[in-house]
Amino acid sequence: MKLVLGYQIHVLARKVVEKELGKIGVTYKYHNSSQLELLEEIPYSHLQKLKKNLEEYGIHIKETQRDQFIQKIKDTVTELIYSEEYYSFKTSNILAEKLNLSYGYIANTFSEYTLNTLENYIILQKIERAKEMILSDEYTLTEIAYKLNYSSVGHLSSQFKKITGLTSTSFMRIIKQRNLLLTKYND
Amino acid sequence: MKQISILLADDDDDDRLFFSEAIEQLDLDIALNTVVNGVELIDYLKHPETRLPELIFLDLNMPIKGGIECLIEMRRTDILKNLSVAIYSTSSAQKDIDECLIHGANIYIKKPSDFGILKSILYKVITINHQYHSTGLSKDNFLMVI
Repeated sequence: MKLVLGYQIHVLARKVVEKELGKIGVTYKYHNSSQLELLEEIPYSHLQKLKKNLEEYGIHIKETQRDQFIQKIKDTVTELIYSEEYYSFKTSNILAEKLNLSYGYIANTFSEYTLNTLENYIILQKIERAKEMILSDEYTLTEIAYKLNYSSVGHLSSQFKKITGLTSTSFMRIIKQRNLLLTKYND
Repeated sequence: MKQISILLADDDDDDRLFFSEAIEQLDLDIALNTVVNGVELIDYLKHPETRLPELIFLDLNMPIKGGIECLIEMRRTDILKNLSVAIYSTSSAQKDIDECLIHGANIYIKKPSDFGILKSILYKVITINHQYHSTGLSKDNFLMVI
């Protein structure tokens, strides 16, 4: 038996897109058949997943160049902070070199399109990395300060306190007590 | 830049007004919703039509269901587990701060009485939280006392 199929490509595409958006649980609205707006911010990792899933159906999400550029800055910052040689870098020089643009241009674009300055973003990321290292119990605070390119352990401690409002000791104590409580819930 | 949605749960009329005026004066595109007690908060968050906010400001002392109870309930509910919660309280006792953070609050704000200070605190908290939110950073280690 032969079957003759008729397609309505746009209906098909829409169903697939709706299914994938549903998996992420995000609200959205269509502007036209090829343009839709997500009504809430989703983490970049979710966007990447959505992109990958849709590509299996031959549907591509076109990101704007600006979004790609901002993401590239963020990725480069993360890569630097996690690098073993970070202690020897001057962040602004390396960023400019890696992106092949002046630091001033990079920093201005970043603060224009995010709610933060690039300098603050880098500090926030360094403190996040410091938290991971503190919680891993593998490093002393002095080692962490060195690895993250702080001039002294005092500089790291004061920046940690300024950003989080907590000392690194209180931070560690609270996270440990929280995890203990979580284990209790789950039992 | 997308609009940032935030939710305030506070039973005090004056405090809610003070808060929303400060939010309006920030140079940010914010959609603010308010609820007046803990029961209303949990009902709102669990309602299937609700678009979950990027950040919740939670008053500690509310009748019927207080801030801590709401926090514990949210952290034990799958869909609400990862929401950012800022406790908004008149208490600056270390015991209260510790208890909130241990039970899963991300941010602890000591309610200021000065309007200018409130604005700068809110701006800082909302923009830092937005970095976690939009970069997809894990909020497990996101603690802040201000």
